[in-house]
Amino acid sequence: MDFAFFLIQLLNGLQYGLLLFLVASGLTLVFGIMGIINLAHGSFYMVGAYLAWSLSSMTGSLTVAILLAIPLTVILGMGLERLLFRHLYQRDHLYQVLLTYGLILVFEELRSLIWGDDVHGVAVPALLNASIPLTENLSYPVYRLAISGVCLLLAAGLYFLIQKTRLGMMIRAGASNRDMVQSLGIDIKLIYTLVFALGIALAAFAGMINAPLSSVFPNMGGQVLIICFVVVVIGGIGSVKGAMAASLIIGLAETFGQVLVPEVAGMIVYVLMAIVLVWRPEGLFGRS
Amino acid sequence: MNKNEKAGYDRREFLLGSTAIAGATAAGALLPSGTALAQQGKLKVGLMLPYTGTFAQLGVAITNGFKLAIEEHGGKFGGREIEYVTVDDESNPAKAPENVNKLVQRDKVDVVIGTVHSGVVMGMAKVLKESGTLWINPNGGAGAMTGAACAPNFFRTSFSNWQTTHALGKVLKARGHKNAVFITWKYAAGEEMMEGFKEGFEKEGGKLTKELYVPFPQVEFQALLTEIASIKPDAVVAFFAGGGAAKFLKDYQAAGLKGKIPLYGSGFLTDGVLEAVGDAGEGVETTLHYADGLDTKKDKAFRLAYAKTFKLQPDVYAVQGYDAGQLLAAGLAAVKGNVSDKVGVIKAMEAAKIDSPRGTWTLSKAHNPVQDMYLRKVVGKENKVQGVAWKALADPARGCKA
Repeated sequence: MDFAFFLIQLLNGLQYGLLLFLVASGLTLVFGIMGIINLAHGSFYMVGAYLAWSLSSMTGSLTVAILLAIPLTVILGMGLERLLFRHLYQRDHLYQVLLTYGLILVFEELRSLIWGDDVHGVAVPALLNASIPLTENLSYPVYRLAISGVCLLLAAGLYFLIQKTRLGMMIRAGASNRDMVQSLGIDIKLIYTLVFALGIALAAFAGMINAPLSSVFPNMGGQVLIICFVVVVIGGIGSVKGAMAASLIIGLAETFGQVLVPEVAGMIVYVLMAIVLVWRPEGLFGRS
Repeated sequence: MNKNEKAGYDRREFLLGSTAIAGATAAGALLPSGTALAQQGKLKVGLMLPYTGTFAQLGVAITNGFKLAIEEHGGKFGGREIEYVTVDDESNPAKAPENVNKLVQRDKVDVVIGTVHSGVVMGMAKVLKESGTLWINPNGGAGAMTGAACAPNFFRTSFSNWQTTHALGKVLKARGHKNAVFITWKYAAGEEMMEGFKEGFEKEGGKLTKELYVPFPQVEFQALLTEIASIKPDAVVAFFAGGGAAKFLKDYQAAGLKGKIPLYGSGFLTDGVLEAVGDAGEGVETTLHYADGLDTKKDKAFRLAYAKTFKLQPDVYAVQGYDAGQLLAAGLAAVKGNVSDKVGVIKAMEAAKIDSPRGTWTLSKAHNPVQDMYLRKVVGKENKVQGVAWKALADPARGCKA
């Protein structure tokens, strides 16, 4: 591998890492801050992708589709929180696992009923449908770079929201002591509803803007679910910074793993997770 | 008291009677079959296919094809009506033995038809080898089924993974490509297709520069596409399927490789995904045992009948299901529906010449189709046939001792 290709692989790794952060950011919120084990995270990702596909084929524009779909997913998230998740905060994690596993099955079946089992493609917006030549036979799609930009913005926004705003302060306080926050007169129920809906919307948004790259297909959520949990566990529960660091580490490890040690590429990430769990069980940026 | 005695007597009588009946039935089962009684019963066909999950559509297409074949035989095979027992295998290898056992033990089916997923196929093989139940596999291409694990009661009407890429060696040679890179998922089917291609290409004097593997079922190809760009092979050969195939074709184009390094593949790379990929598939050449635009009488008739019956366009999976029906029909016709004459059924199926929409094919000694592999090229939304890449290609059936 000469130096130019090393740099390109570095770019590939970083870009993939940012993509992972985007997909895992919703889980970081819901699992990391609210402490809900949401196995259906991948399903919301899938819902986002299918919404992007069906709305963009209706309206002819991915941007319009995303603008329409985000409010829908926020409503979906709020509704689910009110109807289902609210009743499980005080319960054991096992109940959440059961509920969200059930949701996976429900969403898969609904997807099959509403949208069918076909593979679909979503067109890249015309404005971003270009490539930058890197070498004589390799070029880099502009859309991938654009997604990286969106991921960085999103990461900054989330960090700001949680660390620097009043709402973020209440969220953090609620995460560490729910009863205390409530007795101080803060409507913790409303805050939880909002955070949960935000988490769902983030997962769906990831599916939406990723749809042109990944295509839209059945069980697509299952593929991202596991890697999302790995990101959150390595990064440290409840840490946006940690999720970002973990995403980049995994992105680079996967990219260089596939090129340098292809035989074991499939397990590198999990070995990495095992090492982190032994060395720092609370994750890279987690509170011990 | 009297009453009780009577009741007890009745019960004893009843028990005796039922034992006698059970005994008679058991004896009947032991008698040499071919009696009028056995023939009048319906033929029990166990369909073990995916009806939910990723491969649901494939399961439906196979079932439709199979039913169409039966319909064309007047709803009967060898003079016997058909009774279906359906099991959704969910493409879950872990449940395969349990599911196939249901059909064999509980429902006592005469023949098992299934399935799509190769892992499930190998799970079925274990059980069916022991039970000896007649088995026709209408898809899953695991080499071992008609290789190391082959058995007299195992039949396949689709392909072996090896077959789908073997003919590409000749094609690449004819195009003047001296070296190539193969990229696929790291799992059994991918590795078997890689082997099939490698063997064919090296026989023609070509060199497989590198085997690139993506962990299954990941769809992040960027690192390996960069690798391909740095190797600069004469050609790239790929196998992915479904959503993975769609993403690969799009990524290949987006990385600027399309048009610079020609892309070839196993036919599944471009089957069922052309709607999804826009123009990213255009010009990609693949080999498979079926293609669009074959334009034979049989294919036209099949397509018309399928479209009329199911209001759907048939695909390669429907053809494989249809041929499973045709093969079974040939076997049962020879023994006049007496399926317990297993040797007779197997012999007839072995000798059958199947007039398929894909062209005529016969079975190899290991019971895998010996069939023409077509060279196809993506033109618009179709895999247009370009010609026959390999006439009557037979799987080598390595390790088959049966």
